[in-house]
Amino acid sequence: MKRFFKSINIPELLRPLGQMVVFSLGTTVVLSVIVLVLSLILDRTVVGQTLTGRLNVSLYTYTLINLPQVAIDGLTIGFVYAAIALGYTMVYGVLEFINFAHSEIFAVGAFVGVEILIALDKFGILSGASLVMAYVYLILAIIGGMLVAGALAVSVERVAYRPLRHASRLVPLISAIGVSFLLQDVIRLVESLTTGQFNRIFPTFGNFDRRVILGKMAMGATNITLGVSIKSMIVILSAVLMLVALNYLVNATKIGKAIRAVAQDHPTASLMGIDVNRIISLTFLVGGMLGGAAGVLYALKFTRIDAFVGFFPGLKAFTAAVLGGIGNMTGALLGGIVLGMLETYAGSYMGVFTMGAAGTEYKDIFAFSILILVLIFRPQGLMGANVAQKA
Amino acid sequence: MIPVFLKDIIKRLEEGIYPYVIILAHMVSGTALVYTSPRSNLAFLVLITSFFTLYYFKTDRRFKLIVGVVLTLFIFPVVGVRNIFYLEVIFQISVFAALALGLNIVVGFAGLLDLGYVAFYAVGAYLWAFFGSQQYYVLHFAPGTQPSNLPFLLPGDAFYLFMFAAILIAALTGILLGTPVLRLRGDYLAIVTLGFGEVIRVLANNLDKPLNFTNGPQGITPIQRPTMPQSVVEGFNALFGRIVGHQVTPADMYNVMFYLLALAVIIVIAFVTRRLDDSKIGRAWTAIREDETAAIAMGIPLVRMKLAAFAVGASFAGVMGVLLAGSRTFISPESFSFMQSIGVLSMVILGGSGSIPGVILGAATVTILNLQVLQGLSLYLSQLRQSDAVIPIINFAWANLSTQLDPAKYQRLLFGLILILMMIFRPEGLIPSQRRKRELASDKDGDKE
Repeated sequence: MKRFFKSINIPELLRPLGQMVVFSLGTTVVLSVIVLVLSLILDRTVVGQTLTGRLNVSLYTYTLINLPQVAIDGLTIGFVYAAIALGYTMVYGVLEFINFAHSEIFAVGAFVGVEILIALDKFGILSGASLVMAYVYLILAIIGGMLVAGALAVSVERVAYRPLRHASRLVPLISAIGVSFLLQDVIRLVESLTTGQFNRIFPTFGNFDRRVILGKMAMGATNITLGVSIKSMIVILSAVLMLVALNYLVNATKIGKAIRAVAQDHPTASLMGIDVNRIISLTFLVGGMLGGAAGVLYALKFTRIDAFVGFFPGLKAFTAAVLGGIGNMTGALLGGIVLGMLETYAGSYMGVFTMGAAGTEYKDIFAFSILILVLIFRPQGLMGANVAQKA
Repeated sequence: MIPVFLKDIIKRLEEGIYPYVIILAHMVSGTALVYTSPRSNLAFLVLITSFFTLYYFKTDRRFKLIVGVVLTLFIFPVVGVRNIFYLEVIFQISVFAALALGLNIVVGFAGLLDLGYVAFYAVGAYLWAFFGSQQYYVLHFAPGTQPSNLPFLLPGDAFYLFMFAAILIAALTGILLGTPVLRLRGDYLAIVTLGFGEVIRVLANNLDKPLNFTNGPQGITPIQRPTMPQSVVEGFNALFGRIVGHQVTPADMYNVMFYLLALAVIIVIAFVTRRLDDSKIGRAWTAIREDETAAIAMGIPLVRMKLAAFAVGASFAGVMGVLLAGSRTFISPESFSFMQSIGVLSMVILGGSGSIPGVILGAATVTILNLQVLQGLSLYLSQLRQSDAVIPIINFAWANLSTQLDPAKYQRLLFGLILILMMIFRPEGLIPSQRRKRELASDKDGDKE
C-alpha cells in the first residue's frame, strides 16, 4: 500500500490543476477588464444612452451585473470544449490527422448517456431517487456514454482510418468526413426507429437545476447575486477530474510514455518494442471516452440534444485545439477555456454593445474568425512549438 | 474476374458496327420506355444511362456528337415536359454536374480540399436574388413587414447580364476568401473553408438587420425570371405538342429554358476545364497537388496558382447560383448548408476527382440516388405502412413503423457511405482521370504516395 502511494507522481497531479486555475482566472480577468473598459467607453456614446433609455441602467452597471454569470457560463462551456479538444489533439499528436468524426463520437456519448437516464426514468427509478442515488445514476450515465463512445472511436479507427494510413493526407480526412455524416444519420435512424423523435430531453432529477448562492454584492441601487448552478459545478468538476486523470495517464505512466513515443516517431517507437497500432487504438479509446463524457455533460448543461448536436461543439473544440497549439495537451486545455470564455462573453455583450445589430446569432462564426486569425498569424497556436507543417 | 467468354463478347461488341447499334438501341428503347410509361423510375434510368453507353463505346466523333445533341436538345426536353418531374431531375443533375465540375478544379486539379464550396453558389444566388427582386426597396423593412406593392429594381432580362456578373463577383469572393488562408496546407485549409462556408450561411441567415439585405431565414421571393416570348411557347407547341400530349404552358417552357441554360454552362465549364488541364496553369495545379515543395522549387507561383484555382472554381458556382435563383424564384439560406458542400464533394469523389466525365457521372449518380432511389424507397415504405404486411421472422407490422423513418431524408447517410467506401476501395473514382490512370499503371509495384 505504501509503495502504491509512493509510486504516485504528485507533481503530475498538481500541475494540471494549477494550470487550470491559472488559465481560468487569467482568461476571466483579462476578458472582464476588456468588457468593462469597453462598456465605460461606450457608456458616453449613443450605445449607452439607448440602454439607459430602455432599461434605465447605465451600460457599465449592466455589464458588471451580468459579469459573474457570464464568467461561470463561459468556464462551464470552456471545460466542455477542452475535454473534446483533447480528443482532437491526442489523435492529431499520434497520427497528424484531423479526426473529423470526433464531433459525432461526442454526440453518440451524449445520446447514450441521456438514453440511459431516460430508460431509468421510464421505470420510475429516477423520480424516487435520493440525492446520493441521483448522483450515482448521473455517474452511471457518464460512464455508459464514455464506454460506448470509446468503443465507437476505436472501431471507427479500425474500419475507416487504418486502411488509409499510408495514403496521402486528404484521403483519411475525407473518409473521416464520411464517417461523421454517416454517424449523424445513424443516430437519427436509431432514434426515429425507436421513438420517432429526433430530440432527446435530459430528464429532470436530483438537485442539478438548483443554484448555490455564494453571496451578494451591493452595487449602487442594485444587488449582484453571485450564484452558481449545481449543473455548472458538476460539469466543471467532472471535466477537471478527467483532465487531471488524462494528464496523469499521458505524463506519468508507462502507457503514456508509449503514446508520447508514438507521437514523436512511429518507426522508432516500434523499434523500441511498442505496438504502434495498439497505442493508436488506445489513443482513440481515450479520446473517444473523453468526448463521450463531454457529451453527457453537455446534455446535462443544455438539456436538449439532437443528432446534429456534435457539429458546432466539435468544430469549436477543434478551433480550441488549434488555438492552443494542436498536438499539445496543455494547449488544448488553454484553448478550450479561452474559446469558451471568449464565445460566451461575445455572445452576451455583443448584442448590447452593437445596439442589437450583431448579437448572439453570430456566436458561432466568432469561433471561426478566431480559427482563421490564429491560423494566419500564429499557426503553431498559443502554446505549440514552432514546428513546420509536414506535407 | 470477368469470365473469358464474356470478355470476348464485350470485345467483339466494341468493334465494327456494333457500338452504333447498341447506342441507338439503348437510346430508342429508353425513349420508348419513358414514353409509354411516363411514371416509371426504371424507364427513366434506362434513358439516362444511354449517356453512359454513348460515352463508353468508341465510335465516330460526329456520330457521338449527333446522338448527344439529339438526346439533350430534343429527347430530354420533350420527355421532360411530358412528365415535369423528369425535367426536374435532369435539371438538378445539370446544376450539380456544373457545381461538381467547378469543385473538381479546386479539389481534383489543385488538390485543395474545399469544404465550403456552396458559399460561392450562395454568393451567386443572393446576387441575383437581391437585384432581381424587390429586396432593394425592402432594405428598411423588417422581414414580413414590407408593403406588397413594391416595384422590381431591375427588369427580368438583366438575368443574363447577372450570369456574367456572377462570374466576376464569385471569383472576387474566391480571391478574397482565399488570400488569407491559402498558405495553409491540406487539412487546415479544409476546416477553414468549412468555416467560411458556415460564415456565409450565417450571414445570409442574419443579415435582415440592421438593414434587410437577405430577408433572414425566410429567404427572398419572388425573384424575377427573364421574359419568355409567347412565340417560343407557341413554336414548341406547334412542333412537339402532339408528342407531348398536352398544351405546353410558359411554366413548362421556363423549366426547359433553365435546363438548356444549365447545359450551356456545363458545356462551357467542361470546355474551359479541358483547355485548362493541358495548359501551363493546369500543369502548375497538378504539380502543386503532387508536391508543393517541389512545385515551389520549380518556380511555380504557389499562392497565385492556388488563388486561380479558387477563383475559377468559385466563378462556376456563382453562375449556377444565379441560375438557381432564377429557376426557383425563391432563395433561402437552407439551400446552402454544409451538407450541400459535402454532397458536391461526394459527387466529385465518386466520379473520380480530376476527370470530367467521371465528375458528371458522379453528379448524375448521386442526384438520381437522392431524388429517385431514396424517394422511391420513401414511397414504397409509406405504401407498406398503409398495407397490413408484417415482417416475417420478427413479426413486426409495417404499420407500426415510425413515420419519421423517411429514407428521402437520409442523404447524409448516402454521402457518408459514398465518401468512406470510395476512399477505402477506389480512391481514384469510378472513371479515373487520364493522368491518374497513367500514374496507376506506372507505379503498380509500390507505394502510391
